Amino acid sequence: MNIIFLLAPFSILLALTGLGAFWWTLRNGQYEDPVGDAERILMTDADESPGGV
Amino acid sequence: MALTYGAAAQGDFSAFLRPGPDQSSTLDLLVKGARCAACLAKIEGQVAALSGVTNARLNLTTGKLSVRFGRQAGDPGAVIATLERLGYPTTLYDPAQAAAVQDREGKRLLMALAVAGFGAANAMMFSVPLWAGLFGQELGPATRTFMQWASGLIAAPCALYAGMPFFESAWRSVKAGRANMDVPISLGVILTLLISFQETLLRGRDAYFDAAVSLLFLLLIGRWLDHQLRARAQSAAADLLAMQAPAAAVLDATGAERRTPIGDVAVGDRVLVRPGERVPVDGVVASGCSELDNALLTGETAPQTVGPGLACRAGALNLSGALHLTATARAEDSAVAEIARLIEAGAQAKSRYVRLADRAAGIYVPVVHTAAALTFGLGWALGLGPREALLRAVAVLIITCPCALGLAVPAVQIAASSRLFRKGVLVKSGAALERLAEVDHVVFDKTGVLTLGRPQLIDPASGAVALAAPLARASSHPLARALAAACPGTEIAERVTETPGVGVEGWIGGRRARLGRADFVGAPVSTSGETELWFGFDGDVRVRLGFRDELRPDALETLNALRARGLSVEILSGDLAGPVAEIAKALGVAAWRAALTPADKAAAVDALRAQDRKVLMVGDGLNDTAALSKAHAAMAPGTALDASQNAADLVFSGDELGAVVTAIDVARAARRRALENFSFSALYNLVAAPAAMLGVINPFVAALAMSGSSLVVTLNALRMRRVGR
Repeated sequence: MNIIFLLAPFSILLALTGLGAFWWTLRNGQYEDPVGDAERILMTDADESPGGV
Repeated sequence: MALTYGAAAQGDFSAFLRPGPDQSSTLDLLVKGARCAACLAKIEGQVAALSGVTNARLNLTTGKLSVRFGRQAGDPGAVIATLERLGYPTTLYDPAQAAAVQDREGKRLLMALAVAGFGAANAMMFSVPLWAGLFGQELGPATRTFMQWASGLIAAPCALYAGMPFFESAWRSVKAGRANMDVPISLGVILTLLISFQETLLRGRDAYFDAAVSLLFLLLIGRWLDHQLRARAQSAAADLLAMQAPAAAVLDATGAERRTPIGDVAVGDRVLVRPGERVPVDGVVASGCSELDNALLTGETAPQTVGPGLACRAGALNLSGALHLTATARAEDSAVAEIARLIEAGAQAKSRYVRLADRAAGIYVPVVHTAAALTFGLGWALGLGPREALLRAVAVLIITCPCALGLAVPAVQIAASSRLFRKGVLVKSGAALERLAEVDHVVFDKTGVLTLGRPQLIDPASGAVALAAPLARASSHPLARALAAACPGTEIAERVTETPGVGVEGWIGGRRARLGRADFVGAPVSTSGETELWFGFDGDVRVRLGFRDELRPDALETLNALRARGLSVEILSGDLAGPVAEIAKALGVAAWRAALTPADKAAAVDALRAQDRKVLMVGDGLNDTAALSKAHAAMAPGTALDASQNAADLVFSGDELGAVVTAIDVARAARRRALENFSFSALYNLVAAPAAMLGVINPFVAALAMSGSSLVVTLNALRMRRVGR
């Protein structure tokens, strides 16, 4: 039963990492141009970070 | 009002540059017609290759192209010219507007949704053992308290953050003396958290932490869907606002051309208007001769010939020759601005419309709060003890929290508008759909709505057409183009000279011929007011070619379909009585009025409103915009002037007027679904609230009931997808 004291915080930490990652994508402008991003993967030259200008 | 720049984009655009760090500057443009990776690569590649450009990025979702210039001054004119050459119509953003276009609210809702999702999932992790404990599984009081604390410590901060949009809205509405749906939500969430902490401290059994935060999660989905619907329309409106300040080509004393935002054009300025551009401000022609298309301004189909000394109004389209104008009014004082003020007044009237969900909240809120208060009061009086009575009152608040209600309308409206979007109709807001469903009277504009808005040859089989086609092909005048289109594949006449606003002259098969106005060709000037062209070889007979603005192919069918749905139909046009009467007769419309000014149209709509009619206005011109914004609901075709599209609630693309019928059908179906969802919610509350009062609700039942009811309304909303198929 004691393992729960390790596992519970660990699972929350894991979820917090995911939440942080989502926050980063939001700040980074990854939801600004869904249509464009879907098309950009078809372009041959490598692309810099989204958000651009 | 969008300006197109034609092939030439000269002049000084420095007024449109937004300064950035390191002496760099950014130019924002709205690019139309870019749709695929190929367009993206072509535009960004070619623009970035221009000298002085350090970066070019096109947002395909919004159509906004941001071009950054480095330290050495780049040439915005070259950017515009490049885009024109690639075939993408372009408009400049006013820098002040471009900076404001950022979706802060949407980002905040998305983050709140993520936090609520995180909180709900992790609080639930500790709730599962608690629920198991409710069903006689082995769970000691110490473990239970630990689980409750863990659940509460995760859920409470998440609920407070994710609930902020609701708390703020509730506070605003309470301060305004009205209770919207957010008041019971906020009260429910906050009370639930407080009571749950109290129960945890007192080692009680019922803690509803997971319920509070998963309730917010479900509600935020509805809130975000609603926001998405509005954001799309808002960004379209912001685009239009930015484009309302396009550039005018102002000439200074030396004759050099400077691109100036329309708002900065002063009275007395010399303005150059090229063929294909719209007149930016009211003015008097100083030099040059041309024809103006006033169709979007007044609804008149026949072009107006202008020359030195004649006045022209902002918004008119210059058809044939370059004009030099002397501005007689500033942009704020022009005819266009007058209409803009009428639109504003209409928009204010529309904002007073109370949405379906808010009307439901008006009934729901007092009932639920009375029930909760009664539970507490009666429970205590009947000997439950204050703690148990309070717990039951809170259970009533949680179980009846308008989760399903919050999702009921947005889910239906999103489904309905995506259904319409695939049919080529853009819905600007959920409220627009609700208003459209209530409509009982439809008012049509004539030019460009019932008709195609472009002249068609009346008798394309006539022998004269084939003779005149070579000359017509040499001109870009709309009438000449219609003539050339009727006879494809002919060669072009030789030695053609075009006199703007008058006609073309050239040699066909060794004979000199003229095509144009009656006096130019040497024919008797008629006064019929019909749109016409004359053609004749030198010294031969003159032939008259008549043009008419043809009805849309499905106009009659559409009007019959509307009548079959019990809607009355009326035509309000700015055109002359003759053509309007003809159209009205062809369509079997008894109620029609002609030669109306924009204010007349708005007044007509107002009069209908005073009789308690719910009017749908379908119009495309600047002269319709005031009426569009005053009507209960408004639609505009995609070919309409931007200002009209801005004033309309729905915009349909394509040549089919039937979109009006489809939109009404879908709106009515959406209203039915929304009402069904409301009745379901009411039924659910009728069962759940008494159960909560009797104390048979525990945290597990609360979680099940809430997500279950939300699922049912969402599934019901998805049935929308089949309407009108």
